[in-house]
Amino acid sequence: MIVNFFETIGEKTLAFFRLLGGLTGLISQAFYWTFIPPFKKGRIFEQAKRAGIDSLPIVSLIALFIGIIMALQTAYQMQRLGSEMYIASIVAVSIVREFGPVVTALVVAGRIGASIAAEIGSMQVTEQIDALQTLAVNPVKYLVVPRFLALSLMLPLLTLYADIIGIFGGYLICTSKLGISPTMYMQITFDALLYKDLFTGLLKTVFFGMLIAFVSCYEGFNVEGGAEGVGRATTRAVVTSFILIITADCFFTALFYFIFP
Amino acid sequence: MAEIEIVSLKKSFNGNKVLDGVNLKIEKGTTCVIIGRSGCGKSVLLKHIEGILKPDDGKVFVDSKDISRLNSKGLNALRMRIGMVFQGGALFDSLSVAENVGFGLLENLCLDEKEVEKRVKESLGLVGLAGISGFMPSVLSGGMKKRVSLARALCIKPEIILYDEPTTGVDPITADSINVLIRELHDKLKTTSVVVTHDMKSAYGIADKIAMLYQGKIIAEGSPSEIQDTANPVVYQFINGLAHGPITE
Ligand SMILES: Nc1ncnc2c1ncn2[C@@H]1O[C@H](COP(=O)(O)OP(=O)(O)O)[C@@H](O)[C@H]1O
Ligand SMILES: [Mg+2]
Repeated sequence: MIVNFFETIGEKTLAFFRLLGGLTGLISQAFYWTFIPPFKKGRIFEQAKRAGIDSLPIVSLIALFIGIIMALQTAYQMQRLGSEMYIASIVAVSIVREFGPVVTALVVAGRIGASIAAEIGSMQVTEQIDALQTLAVNPVKYLVVPRFLALSLMLPLLTLYADIIGIFGGYLICTSKLGISPTMYMQITFDALLYKDLFTGLLKTVFFGMLIAFVSCYEGFNVEGGAEGVGRATTRAVVTSFILIITADCFFTALFYFIFP
Repeated sequence: MAEIEIVSLKKSFNGNKVLDGVNLKIEKGTTCVIIGRSGCGKSVLLKHIEGILKPDDGKVFVDSKDISRLNSKGLNALRMRIGMVFQGGALFDSLSVAENVGFGLLENLCLDEKEVEKRVKESLGLVGLAGISGFMPSVLSGGMKKRVSLARALCIKPEIILYDEPTTGVDPITADSINVLIRELHDKLKTTSVVVTHDMKSAYGIADKIAMLYQGKIIAEGSPSEIQDTANPVVYQFINGLAHGPITE
């Protein structure tokens, strides 16, 4: 029983280090191939378009609800203190600094990361990755480079969009239910937000985007065992992305807290 | 030196020894058929000739070059001289038939689109599928996928063609037409061919030489008639498709 427990921990730790090693290899190859011609901008654009269009509806929906929830929860506490004025600024700052970036990244990991892992995984089990190589095309250059560039470009844009929708959600609640005037709400929002809030919020999403792309591609390439393996790899890609996004976010938040006090 | 020489090639996956000292020579312009049971490592052997898998031990020479010593540029140049036809086709499912067939040329050579289009037409014509260039792979039958995969391999004008089970999983008539096609291409283009199969009818029909892979080694090789008259009980059981014999004991 106890031995089993430690065995499991040992196995998981080993698997984790294998993942880190594999990811590092993939990342260094991807950066290398990014700078080797020929450069096909069309491929990046196509991936970016797909990532953007596919995640837009769900990002809109979730960002709107998060804005509404944030406003209501903050109102609950602020009303007790009699300082409803602060609702707008708390909503704006938390969304722009934290919820916008992280929630968008999680949504994109679930939506786009999963589809990347499934696509590359099924290419792997049907020997399409081998076929690329026999035609003298490097799979990392052909598949990974456009995806990681596209996601590190699209995630900040989607986050910016989610920030706006989220703040709009707070605005809807505050102006309709809490009796704050629209001009006042906007005024407080813009006064509260600093450039560094927006900047640090968007900067980390560049990394989240890369993270999602690399993890998903890695899991796709390492599929074993047919269609069932593709399913497992897809799940693993999403779970691993979630864990790494939250971990990285904790790191970034601490880092920015100390370098941009 | 022969066009393809495999010297004591060994390969294992997670401790499972798949190839355990394979030796094989394939002369330029000949067709060599490799037979063996499912899962005995035939595909793994072919992938070593393309340099997709790296040997644990031993060497693979193609055109007198040790392929494990080529840099990525040299390896790519070599790969453009070898065409591979995959078991399930391995067509890129996001690209149309024409884009699949022209893929190698468009990605690697600075040919203009007109030229590529011409070569694509030519290759599809060779495999008897002239009219389907706009189709997506998902709508093709298994036999058609194999033939498109062959067209994709032919489009780079290879000197060597590797076929992975070209007749497995298609009906007997399609299988025979694929055999005829392999024979014709061989006569017309003078390519060196390596065909992996466990279809004996196909093997006798196209081979100059048949080699049998068993337990990680080549246990017999010879002309089709030599193989048919084999004294080796393992080979005898395999080529006659018997349920009882040394393989299954
Ligand atoms: N990439 C791989 N990773 C792990 N095992 C593999 C891999 N490729 C092949 N194998 C194993 O090698 C053995 C031979 O496979 P293969 O060459 O595909 O057989 P076949 O002769 O039917 O073509 C099988 O047991 C297979 O599981
Ligand atoms: Mg096989």
